[in-house]
Amino acid sequence: MTTQTEKKFETVIGLEVHLQFKTRTKIFCGCANEFGNQPNTQTCPICLGLPGTLPVFNRTALEYAIKVALALNAKVSSTIKFDRKNYYYPDLPKGYQISQFDKPIARDGFIMIPTASSEKRIGIHRAHLEEDAGKIIHDSDIKASLVDYNRTGTPLMEIVTEPDLRSPQEAYDYLTTLKLILKYLDVSDCDMEKGSLRCDANISVREVGETILRTKTELKNMNSFKAVKIALEFEEARHRAVYLAGETITQETRLWNEIKQMTVTMRSKEQAHDYRYFPEPDLVPFIVSTEQIDEIRQTLPEFPEAKLNRLKNQYGLNDYDANVLVQEKAIANFFEDCCKIYQEPKKICNWLTGAIAAEINSRNNDIVQLKISPQNLTALIAKVENGVVSNLVAKDILTMMIDSGQSADIIIAEKGLAQVSDDSALEKVIDEILAANPGVVAQIKEGKDSAKGFLVGQAMKKTQGKANPKKLGEMITRRLLNA
Amino acid sequence: MITKKDVEYIAGLARIHLQDQEIEKLTGNLEDILGYIEKLEKLDVSQVEPTSHALPVQNVFRDDVVRPSLSQSDALKNAPQQHNGAFKVPQVIE
Repeated sequence: MTTQTEKKFETVIGLEVHLQFKTRTKIFCGCANEFGNQPNTQTCPICLGLPGTLPVFNRTALEYAIKVALALNAKVSSTIKFDRKNYYYPDLPKGYQISQFDKPIARDGFIMIPTASSEKRIGIHRAHLEEDAGKIIHDSDIKASLVDYNRTGTPLMEIVTEPDLRSPQEAYDYLTTLKLILKYLDVSDCDMEKGSLRCDANISVREVGETILRTKTELKNMNSFKAVKIALEFEEARHRAVYLAGETITQETRLWNEIKQMTVTMRSKEQAHDYRYFPEPDLVPFIVSTEQIDEIRQTLPEFPEAKLNRLKNQYGLNDYDANVLVQEKAIANFFEDCCKIYQEPKKICNWLTGAIAAEINSRNNDIVQLKISPQNLTALIAKVENGVVSNLVAKDILTMMIDSGQSADIIIAEKGLAQVSDDSALEKVIDEILAANPGVVAQIKEGKDSAKGFLVGQAMKKTQGKANPKKLGEMITRRLLNA
Repeated sequence: MITKKDVEYIAGLARIHLQDQEIEKLTGNLEDILGYIEKLEKLDVSQVEPTSHALPVQNVFRDDVVRPSLSQSDALKNAPQQHNGAFKVPQVIE
């Protein structure tokens, strides 16, 4: 007889990602689609749901949705219709959300996610277009809820996976892979803090070998990918414990509590949903031709996985370096622009992932906003390679280049930063150093070779860091041998 | 078969308050409507293309161009209650 603790469990996870598009306007009206403005300053009779108004579909929102569908390797529906999802909540001024029910714009897609050994295919069940709801601020001081309808009508795409994910870590890897693909598409900010990317999770646990899914719970309110992972880990453990105790899981929506680090039951009142979907009579159907889809396909960027492989093959980068570069499309592009000018891919990569990345971080900026061109960066790297400046000084020069937008040449000339490579000038400096430190010279002659570093340091100080320390060391050794 | 309970449930979803006589009347009405739908279901529509819209119109788009929004005060003009530029509503979560 097996004891209960010997049971082998398997976790089944499906994710729903909501993606806000960064179109200039909302999905069904001309109000600006911007984040962070004063409440209720981006509304009109249409998105406020006032009587007698009619929604009109934003052409760009459809184009973005087709881009996402193609990036997810999904079938794009040729006929697009919208449906009303009816529910009563203050964030929804019309009393219904315009969404898509039985004919989502995309079906049966997939993306590949990396695993320890190779990669895994995660199916995309469907992806559909809808309008975002307003934002509710809960104010306990005045014992009321406050509603801001600026967000109402923001184009939203919901991307639903198949129940293909088998662990919280896989869920996390799916999210990071998906986010990178979506960022490459340039259709959304993909910023969880601003809510332009949100994720809900469905999880169930069963015993290994079972073929049907057990009761699932839905998790909401996770505000980062890490929170999604931890919430799933908590819920996975909870399901197992419930089954080990011989009890059953109740199908319900649970909220992730970031402070308590646990999931808690959402009050059942809020989940009494009966959406009564029906076709949206205010919007006519939309027909997407294969020509139109092909046209949009032509505009798709090279995706992260393809770019990664190409960077490795074309520039001989290792997996780690190539992976760091593709995390930001702009950085990867900048790298390639540099390589066209200066054929030292590894050195360029080191600068981008080292000094440039540090500058971007400390300035909370990105490569585009940084005032440095591929021409200027490669010119600076060449200066190091040609021995004009040391690596250390070059990093200072980089900071000055970014501050001023000037080229390395100008900064080196203005600040007199070129390495002193004139032997006679260095010999003079060494003369002075040797004369000033007879004790140290004696030590070296007695065999204490490490004392030489002190003399090199003194000489560097005297040249204000402009000498090549390696060269100084060699010259000092030669002088002492000849003495 | 539509029952009184069904009507009360649907009225609840629609946030409509109904008197007892109204519920009784609507129960009969809804029963009639469903009977009519059942009749329609018997029609042979195998040769008819499915449609989600009565008008023979397709692809009505708007370009992604910003148009002026209402001012905050205009947007809030019909709000029974407001607070700091927001619509004030009964608390939805404690």
